[in-house]
Amino acid sequence: MSERSTIFTGGRVIDPSQELDTASDLLVVDGKVAEIGKNLTAPDEAEVIDVSGLIVAPGLIDVHVHFREPGMEEAETVATGARAAVAGGFTGVCVMPNTDPVTDNQAAVGFIVKQGGDANAARVYPIAAITLQQLGERLSEFGELVAAGAVAVSDDGRPVVSSHMMRTALEYAQTFGIPIVDHCEDPSLAAGGVMHEGLVSSRLGLKGIPSAAEEIMVARDALLAELTEGRVHICHVSTEGSVEIIRQAKSRGARITAEATPHHFTLTDMACEQYDTNTKMNPPLREDHDVAAVIEGLKDGTLDVIATDHAPHHYEAKERDFDDAPFGVVGLETALGVGISELVDTKQLSLYDLIHCMSTKPARIFDLPGGGLSGGSPADLVVFDPTRLWIVDEAKFLSKSRNTPFSGRELSGAVVRTVVAGMTVFEAD
Amino acid sequence: MTALELGKDLLGLESLTAQQIVLILDTAEPFKEVSERAIKKVPTLRGKTIVNLFFEVSTRTRISFEFAEKRLSADTVNVSSQGSAVQKGENLVDTARNLEAMRIDMVVIRHPSSGAAKFLADRIDSNVINAGDGKHEHPTQALLDLLTIRDKRGRIEGLRVCICGDILHSRVARSNIWGLLKLGAEVAVCGPRSLMPLGIEQLGVRVISRIEEAIEWADVLNILRLQLERMTGGFIPSLREYNRVFGVTVKRLEQARHDLLILHPGPINRGVEIDSAVADGSHSVILDQVTNGIAVRMAVLYLLSGGRRETAEAAMGLNV
Repeated sequence: MSERSTIFTGGRVIDPSQELDTASDLLVVDGKVAEIGKNLTAPDEAEVIDVSGLIVAPGLIDVHVHFREPGMEEAETVATGARAAVAGGFTGVCVMPNTDPVTDNQAAVGFIVKQGGDANAARVYPIAAITLQQLGERLSEFGELVAAGAVAVSDDGRPVVSSHMMRTALEYAQTFGIPIVDHCEDPSLAAGGVMHEGLVSSRLGLKGIPSAAEEIMVARDALLAELTEGRVHICHVSTEGSVEIIRQAKSRGARITAEATPHHFTLTDMACEQYDTNTKMNPPLREDHDVAAVIEGLKDGTLDVIATDHAPHHYEAKERDFDDAPFGVVGLETALGVGISELVDTKQLSLYDLIHCMSTKPARIFDLPGGGLSGGSPADLVVFDPTRLWIVDEAKFLSKSRNTPFSGRELSGAVVRTVVAGMTVFEAD
Repeated sequence: MTALELGKDLLGLESLTAQQIVLILDTAEPFKEVSERAIKKVPTLRGKTIVNLFFEVSTRTRISFEFAEKRLSADTVNVSSQGSAVQKGENLVDTARNLEAMRIDMVVIRHPSSGAAKFLADRIDSNVINAGDGKHEHPTQALLDLLTIRDKRGRIEGLRVCICGDILHSRVARSNIWGLLKLGAEVAVCGPRSLMPLGIEQLGVRVISRIEEAIEWADVLNILRLQLERMTGGFIPSLREYNRVFGVTVKRLEQARHDLLILHPGPINRGVEIDSAVADGSHSVILDQVTNGIAVRMAVLYLLSGGRRETAEAAMGLNV
């Protein structure tokens, strides 16, 4: 059997899993990383890809996306989402269970796995529901869900209101070694809110969601993580207070990890001024000091990963007055560019740290393949140009949906090629 | 757009300059007289079609707009639609497209969602007048309040105006705050903290927590209607207690300046936010507000349709 080889020559290889940042060639054989080194000699039949001037990194991994299948296929399917992912440099994504029907049983998890495999793009990992129907009343069968392919559980979008239920989930999940992925929101405080509560919401006459609605739940679940020694992963941290609570919990030894989204480390509630429904998401865009705290959290490691909370909505769903439009924005195809423009170019994070947050750490926390390029690991990688400028044009998205808050924005850092298991699944024009 | 024009739409007072607000108030002056005539009609907007699009129950504002339109000889159509919460957003897009197709000239819109008037204005070429969008703005109400205060006092600048009641849910309060601040008044708000929007002080208004203090401080009290249907959210314990603590009563007015003005946008909850004897008493200018409402709305319709302040008297057939 002949081996299929590809050699990437002349690039700068950044791999935080090996603490590597060096000008090197990278040889892929049979879908696996074979060797990294200077002036490698490739087998005669190897495909040679010149990546001079470009970065070669482990493929990005997004632990928080919504692909809307089943139930809202007009907004996204697993296939279109997986293609949008590779266009953004992601080789692995974790999909949330708040579909219709909810991913709360073995068959539903199996369906996502199958659709993901058929998509032939990014690897798709299902996150299953913590409770049946996400109702917060009865635990779903974690054992069966994990056996079918679930990598974590979450009631994302429907916070687990009962502290007892959350405690039980944190305990029960330990048998299977999976994290509880936690959308933190006190529903009674947030009820009816459509944006951050503050001066801007007061002026616009829109009902606000106070920062405390998030922080109360972050604090509760940090305490429950300590009580149970369970693993909790806090979704889309948006407030200064949440960052501080997580920082303290980590210092006490709680098994807590957390993520930040590109929109929360870039935009503030001022973006809602024109009632643009593409600035409506949950948690909402907060204030300057929150953005600064989220960035600080990424810098000092309080926030472990960057995740997009890619939440596609059909054009018509967003073409409404602000109160009635659904929450959520797409993010897969802009995340790397926003990360480089807002964090690296501004000297808040190094490129190495950014890749750590977007690939190596998410893979480790969710125990996923990828996130590194050591010998023998799957050849899931992204090749990108960290300085190329481009303008966000949502009409060109591979996602089915266009609801981005970054429309028209100039970003630096463009994906050139995305490779999964040694096969090129995306190549820029 | 020059300083002395309004632009295509009237969506709120936040985006207007002091000069533009004064322009509307000044233009309203000659229009007051039309309503005092035996034949209350001038041909100013003959041939213009105006749709009054009300997605929320309204009697006073809708009738006031309708009189203003009819006295200017416009052709008007009233559309009332109180769709379910799910439907109303879709209705708005479709309604916008249909209106555009019917080649109408102006739309007066009232809608329960903040930003709805702007949503419509961004999508059609016709002039859009906001007759109240959610908790955001109700510019013509604030304009008629300003006109009434100016009529009675001869000025706005330097007056102390306190807006009392449910500021949190009130578009009247927001529009009044912008208008009053731009024209140089000192503005305060008074009511329970649970009915105050977060950060309200940062707009440049004083927060007064006791109604007694507000009455002593103010030249003008603008007392908002306590929206009974909203109070089910548990913002206050009971209407009875609200009246006890925040009601503007005859007894409390003993501490007021003799020339204190009392405004209320209506409809009044007698015995809740205001005593009957106060609403009907010597301080009250509530019915002047209603009369002025028509003149202000005529002025807005006239200016948005391209009319100019300098020719307003001539348009009314007045000697100049």
